[in-house]
Amino acid sequence: MELALSRTGLWLVALLIAVAACAAAVDAGFAIHMGIVALACIIGLVVTLRGVDLSKAIMAPDQGRYDDDVIRWGVIATVFWGMAGFVAGLVIALQLALPVLNLGLEWTAFGRLRPLHTSAVIFAFGGNALIATSFYVVQRTCRARLAFPGLARFVFWGYQLFIVLAATGYLLGITQGKEYAEPEWYVDLWLTVVWVAYLAVFVGTIVRRTEPHIYVANWFYLSFIVTVAMLHIVNNLNWPVSFVGSRSYPIFAGVQGALVQWWYGHNAVGFFLTAGFLAMMYYFVPKQAERPVFSYRLSIIHFWALIFLYIWAGPHHLHYTALPDWAQTLGMVFSVMLWMPSWGGMINGLMTLNGAWDKVRTDPIIRMMVMALAFYGMSTFEGPMMSIKSVNSLSHYTDWTIGHVHSGALGWNGMITFSCVYYLVPRLWNRERLYSLRMVNWHFWLATVGIVFYAASMWVAGITQGLMWREYGADGYLVNSFAETVLALKPMFFLRAFGGLLYLAGAVVMTVNVWRTILGHLRAEPAMSDAAFDPEKDRPIVAAPQAA
Amino acid sequence: MSKPKIDDATGVETVGHEWDGIEELNNPLPRWWLWTFYATIVFAIAYCVVYPAWPLLDRATAGTFGWTSRGDLDHEMKAEASRRAGLLAELDKRTVEQIAADPRLRRAAIDGGRAAFKVNCIQCHGNGAAGSAGYPNLNDDDWLWGGDVATIHQTLLHGVRQPGDDATRMSQMPAFGRDGILTPAQVQDVVSHVRVISGQEKPSGSSQRGAEIFAANCVACHGAAGEGGRAFGAPKLNDAIWLYGGDRKALTQTVTNARYGVMPAWGSRLDPVTVKMLATYVHSLGGGEEAPASAAPDPATAAN
Repeated sequence: MELALSRTGLWLVALLIAVAACAAAVDAGFAIHMGIVALACIIGLVVTLRGVDLSKAIMAPDQGRYDDDVIRWGVIATVFWGMAGFVAGLVIALQLALPVLNLGLEWTAFGRLRPLHTSAVIFAFGGNALIATSFYVVQRTCRARLAFPGLARFVFWGYQLFIVLAATGYLLGITQGKEYAEPEWYVDLWLTVVWVAYLAVFVGTIVRRTEPHIYVANWFYLSFIVTVAMLHIVNNLNWPVSFVGSRSYPIFAGVQGALVQWWYGHNAVGFFLTAGFLAMMYYFVPKQAERPVFSYRLSIIHFWALIFLYIWAGPHHLHYTALPDWAQTLGMVFSVMLWMPSWGGMINGLMTLNGAWDKVRTDPIIRMMVMALAFYGMSTFEGPMMSIKSVNSLSHYTDWTIGHVHSGALGWNGMITFSCVYYLVPRLWNRERLYSLRMVNWHFWLATVGIVFYAASMWVAGITQGLMWREYGADGYLVNSFAETVLALKPMFFLRAFGGLLYLAGAVVMTVNVWRTILGHLRAEPAMSDAAFDPEKDRPIVAAPQAA
Repeated sequence: MSKPKIDDATGVETVGHEWDGIEELNNPLPRWWLWTFYATIVFAIAYCVVYPAWPLLDRATAGTFGWTSRGDLDHEMKAEASRRAGLLAELDKRTVEQIAADPRLRRAAIDGGRAAFKVNCIQCHGNGAAGSAGYPNLNDDDWLWGGDVATIHQTLLHGVRQPGDDATRMSQMPAFGRDGILTPAQVQDVVSHVRVISGQEKPSGSSQRGAEIFAANCVACHGAAGEGGRAFGAPKLNDAIWLYGGDRKALTQTVTNARYGVMPAWGSRLDPVTVKMLATYVHSLGGGEEAPASAAPDPATAAN
């Protein structure tokens, strides 16, 4: 009771601060954001007052079971934000092909919807998948319940609040103008609080482990959490114009600011989208394949090589800019050296199937994992290649970069997340199996064909664009105007949108499948594959009756 | 922790760890993987030796090739500049009329002008110079301020209604409706008249009243028959070519609020040769006119 009272008091104080900040706000965007925070406080207050006794669930649980509440919420959030992010992606793909779809409104213009798409898929979809799977994996591989269960719940809901503030901010035009780090100073501060709590829960659980060693997946998760914290804080060292306003100035300016931004941006790819998702791979692939990990030694070497080399590769985003030549050189050579350490994860994932390759044919979840690893390998080869300066001089600023990002994001991050969701849902909700395995197969093919359309069209578009930009006539003058290069890409924009539509369709199939599984339905369907059986031939050979 | 054992399917020993049922095999690093990794490291070291790489206190190692990106650009730009220097000097020495009269120089100027047009002009005048509402089509022979090459050059140098440029093309049509010079009904009448002289309507009572208003208010710039006046950049009204549209709605808008199209003075933005090349290119697009018989004006006097 005392606890409930003090909780109510905390919610009230937070509510008052939010309302006061809303009233004192110097711009409309900040006022709206503080209104959203106030609304979150009211929800918290109502939940507390209605006597939902969280403490019972958290404090006196069955110690003989893993703490999976947050993971269930996280899986649902992953699917939800994934759908939101894919829809936003399709909308902006269509906007590029048909500019009229910008609707002439500032809130629906490409410039505001594009960060909505990137943040929704990376941070909302990917972030929720990482948080949920990390809580699942760390408990099971440490054989310990989550440390700080209350804090774990705060991490989940705090992270959702971050997503809502970021997303609404983009639509309202609140942005720092830094790619993948668009949210303004107060949202950044909030995320820092949430992230430190996340680190505490994760490390606390590792400390409480009953296993003698720390499993490789947890090294990857830990490197992801620690590095993202460091990147986030350094890249968001801003000073607010007003403490009740949404604008701020960065500490770093000019080329230094650009270098810090791309140190951040590149390692958001390296530690969020690579290390974090490799952690998922290292648990779920061996579990689904029921095979041991291919090589312990490879996992150690490629882990340390990956995290040591990745952090220096950011300057390759700034080739041929004001960045000093020496920094460009280092960005390039570290990216080239990153090739094999990246592939170490692919090898360890794929070779884990040694002895179980038949499952690629029979198990669509394994098939999805294999495709994810194949795309991982492809895009981690493509990345070092594009970082080579002479390649970059053609590819930079073109749609090739977009194609590269999406073969990684749709192929690797998307596919591995989908397969983890398919693994988790029946286990988390105690279902006998998924609603439908055949729908997983449908999802696999829709997504794969979608990626092929997407990546192929963007390769063609990017190389076309790069060649047209640099085309000089014999007289020494540029041949093409910018508008002509845009016009040349238009068919590719339509093909890209079509690929995105297929990918989205696959995600819809997944949403239905996950939903029906949670409801406990089982689809009556023939098994995916079965050995041939002909009853007519299922007879003994008997000698023909002899004529009497 | 279990003891190392042999995995049946592959015959490889495990390392003896187990987490939630997951074991790890004790496979060595694949050799091709390891050697490729070493190769990339060797490449990286070699690249760092020959190119600028390691930061020192006040500079970075320069690399044995002595390459810098600025130096590279400088070298390429100088090579291109020296290749073109002779031609550019010739263009610089001559007036646009002289360039137009010399087929070799004219050809070179058109090529350079086309490239400069794609960078600077297509945003308003369009890729094919066909213009759009408010931005003149440069392919036809309907010129607001004159279509001989010297006049085009003058328009380019000083722009149209460019603030702060004394020699800019300047004129301002009164906002007849907004400023109360004409009543809305009178505006409609004059619009009717304009639509009659441009062959879009049959004469009517309204157009007859409009003709009188036109004679009183418009002929000074647009001419008695609506043939336009280049001294003021006043568009020709008795043809089918419209800058802002010839339908009743657009014309009503034009007469009521007037128009005030602006073009930058390119003389203060681009070098003199590029402006000459642009003038030659625009003149070549299809509507270029011969220099007026009176005398090719000296640019210095034309500017006054």
